[in-house]
Amino acid sequence: MASYLILIYDDEAVLAGADQTSAQAHLDAHRAFGAANGAAIGGANALVSTESATSIRRDPSGELTVTDGPFIETKEALGGYYLIEAADLDEAIAIAKQVPVWAGGVEVRPIRVFD
Amino acid sequence: MAGSPLAAAIAEAHRREWAFVLAATVRVTRDLDLAEECVQDAYARALESWARSGIPERPGAWLTTVARRRALDLRRRSARLARSLPLLLDDPYEPEEEPPHEVADDRLRLIFTCCHPALAPDAQVALTLRLVCGLSTTEVARAFLVSETTMAARITRAKKKIAAARIPYRVPGAEELPARTDAVLSVVHLVFTTGHTAPAGDRLVRQDLVERALDLARMLRSLLASDREVAGLLALILLTNARSATRVSAEGELLLLADQDRARWDQQAIAEGREMVREALRRRPPGRFALMAAIAAVHAEAASFEQTAWREIVALYDLLGEIWPSPVVALNRAAAIGLADGPAAGLAALDALAAEPRLATYRYLAAARADFLRRLGRGAEARGAYQEALLLTENAVERAFLADRLEALDASLRAPG
Repeated sequence: MASYLILIYDDEAVLAGADQTSAQAHLDAHRAFGAANGAAIGGANALVSTESATSIRRDPSGELTVTDGPFIETKEALGGYYLIEAADLDEAIAIAKQVPVWAGGVEVRPIRVFD
Repeated sequence: MAGSPLAAAIAEAHRREWAFVLAATVRVTRDLDLAEECVQDAYARALESWARSGIPERPGAWLTTVARRRALDLRRRSARLARSLPLLLDDPYEPEEEPPHEVADDRLRLIFTCCHPALAPDAQVALTLRLVCGLSTTEVARAFLVSETTMAARITRAKKKIAAARIPYRVPGAEELPARTDAVLSVVHLVFTTGHTAPAGDRLVRQDLVERALDLARMLRSLLASDREVAGLLALILLTNARSATRVSAEGELLLLADQDRARWDQQAIAEGREMVREALRRRPPGRFALMAAIAAVHAEAASFEQTAWREIVALYDLLGEIWPSPVVALNRAAAIGLADGPAAGLAALDALAAEPRLATYRYLAAARADFLRRLGRGAEARGAYQEALLLTENAVERAFLADRLEALDASLRAPG
């Protein structure tokens, strides 16, 4: 078995504009996904929107600067993740295809193992 | 020893058995690089051993046994190998239990791993040529006109991803199989089209790539015998390649379909291709390769260019456009309309595509427009279209053809009356 991180990228504008009913339906879809794949899921979280993000990086003089906003501005922003266990990439992709998304998609990354 | 029976036997075994030997060895090593080393080593040993003891009755079995024995030795010796098993197998392999003459045919696993959708398309093609066809990195680089360094990096990166992301060494299940098979066929088709009309360079055809594509299609046909699209792709390659001897004149000039000597088309390939088309078209609805092959069959069956069943070709392009909408299909359809209904109708159909951004830099659109304009007597516009086509063409043989057409047009424009 190997560990993979499924990163969920979605359009925050679509999320923000969703009404109560569809927001609830989306949440229910995630619960259903969690129930269906419980054995494989090792952890999961949803993130507060990128408006709340703070980035820290080095400026040219080597000083750490703290700025408002996500590290990279994109239309589809990282909005949550699932940590899963799968036998191989095909199995990980099969699980990742079931992750509910609004308007974006997901990225599957193997977790690095150090021996 | 070049030209000797031994050299010929090794070359033959390399072409026919490489995929089988490598696929069987990956089972033992579970590592593509190491498996490649072991197989290369087996071919090197064959050179000595076969010179001494004669060419074995079944060279593939001999090579597989030697390559796997080497892999086993290395596996026993290396603790690293025992620890890291980057390639997954459905079934754990116990080498001692398997007598060599019953080695499972793992070629499909190898092909599906090379053409996994998680790999970039250019990496899929490179890996297939390297691992399934056994081409050296130098040869693959030359085929795609990139530097050896670039190609080596591309192949290394793809192999690393297979290991790191754990792309399985497996034939996909029934549910995934059609889509995954289509990905494999796309790779083989790309190898073929790259060979059939080289995107750049001095030669129109890269026959080596065409041969590899044909080998791959035949291999798939033997391994996935019930898949109609596999039959379709094999038919397409056979029927298109049947014209290869007549596409360039003795002087190296490009000859269009209209000017080719049909008596010199490969009738054996056409017969085999037509049989494959019939089988491929039994799928309902027919797939894209079956339809492309059917179009090639209509050309192959026509006694002359003029007697070609252009309306049937237009109808086949209509079907193809429905299941595989692509600007290139639309362009070919428009060209066929021009031949069925005259250059004015063809030009109208082409102009309907002018807004398609993916055709803006496509040399055959400009070339087809130029031809219809010329036949309509609109010389000045034809001239502009030929010049545009020339700007977009990098194959030397195609360039020479367009330059000739332009020159002939200029001569006719200068001629009085």
